[in-house]
Amino acid sequence: MSKNQPNKNRAYQEYVDTKVPQPSLLKGCLWAFFVGGTICTLGQVIHNIIESHYQYSHLDVTNIVTLILVFIGALLTGLGIYDIIGKRAGAGSLIPITGFANSIVAPAMEFKTEGFVLGVAAKMFSLAGPVLVYGVGSSVIVGVLYYIFK
Amino acid sequence: MAVKKLGNQTVRLLNPPSIISTATIVGPKEGEGPLARYFDKILNDDMFGEDSWEKAESKLTRESVKAALNKAKLNETDMEYMFGGDLLNQLMPTSFAARDLQIPFFGLYGACSNMTESLSLAAMTIDGGYADNVVVTTSSHFSTAERQFRFPLESGTQRPLTSQWTVTGSGSAIVSATGDGPYITYATTGKVVDFGIKDATNMGAAMAPAAVDTIKTHLNDTGFKTDDYDLIITGDLGRIGFEIALELMQKEGYDLTEVFKDCGLEIFDIERQDTHSGGSGCGCSAVVFCGYLYEQLTLKDLKKIMLVTTGALLSPTSSLQGESIPCIAHAITIES
Repeated sequence: MSKNQPNKNRAYQEYVDTKVPQPSLLKGCLWAFFVGGTICTLGQVIHNIIESHYQYSHLDVTNIVTLILVFIGALLTGLGIYDIIGKRAGAGSLIPITGFANSIVAPAMEFKTEGFVLGVAAKMFSLAGPVLVYGVGSSVIVGVLYYIFK
Repeated sequence: MAVKKLGNQTVRLLNPPSIISTATIVGPKEGEGPLARYFDKILNDDMFGEDSWEKAESKLTRESVKAALNKAKLNETDMEYMFGGDLLNQLMPTSFAARDLQIPFFGLYGACSNMTESLSLAAMTIDGGYADNVVVTTSSHFSTAERQFRFPLESGTQRPLTSQWTVTGSGSAIVSATGDGPYITYATTGKVVDFGIKDATNMGAAMAPAAVDTIKTHLNDTGFKTDDYDLIITGDLGRIGFEIALELMQKEGYDLTEVFKDCGLEIFDIERQDTHSGGSGCGCSAVVFCGYLYEQLTLKDLKKIMLVTTGALLSPTSSLQGESIPCIAHAITIES
């Protein structure tokens, strides 16, 4: 590699950047807002219905709603609908817990051909694993800090 | 002495081998594209009756080789060598097809440059007098490539606008010492070129300098002018890579505007079929060449073309380790 290759590379990268089409930020935000908002509103509606009809505590209802949303996310993934929503909605369908369900079910479905142990079970968390590791990890750190500085 | 060597990286095939037949099989999406009528078989289901995507891709390879043999009224046993490859680890689709076909096999990996890499070596083998009939085959499959290089199919992620759509398809060609053409007359072997692009979703930009390097070298080695060619067609640069390659060639003093095309831009209607920057995968150039271009050459609508397939030699491991994308392009001249 020649001595001025790094400079050449930088110049080329800058040139390429001028060629890369940028997706519309406003359109992306609107899609994310409305789809994400719809999922959250749906969760709230389910919450209110359960709370008004059954004798569960507020916290219990929260857990039940979470379970139902995870189920819906998994079902829509299995039916091949969630990826179509995700294509438009981006973070709007990625961030809510339905997106978490999608990230587990999608690889689980795909790696069925490699068997239930080293395929489905091992690959299931290939996308969600990092979220779990750093999510649980950081909550432990926050918990310790809370205990010390309370 | 290497009497057939020309310049730095080119060989001239003094007894030009003839491509006596080709066959193509493509997936449903490719069958809805603008080149549909040039393909021999369009699948309704890209599982092709198999129980895994990889086996489906292997069947694509096997069946396209058989179809090319049928058209030439030859058998597997008439083939002295098979040159071919695909995009997957350990060339699973092509190796498994070779197991069934029982033709002596050279498995090649050049990422999406596979078609010309295989054709070059096949042509040299024949011109060198080592064989009379060989078969060349190349395949890719959208679902196997996504699985190996990107995300699971059903995950709800957004594809960047620079990304390309891996073609599901296999193209095979029978190359022979005798025949009425089209003939492979020159082959330029590319060097690995890396301009430091790390974005694996923008492979067109990574590969464009490799294509430019090989085209330029080919023209220097052979003394041809760009307008000696009816068509100079790259493998899968896509919209962005194509534009960059055209501009880089312009800067080098070559005007390709009239003759330059890209297989990745021909195979899909990129707006209607929503493939963002265009088609990619080694099956892309394989089916565009074996289908569309081969017919144009046999009808003499095209008399002399340069096929320059371009490959991004990254791996899932190299991407995760933050390495840039080494790229390669091989060129062959085909005359009717």
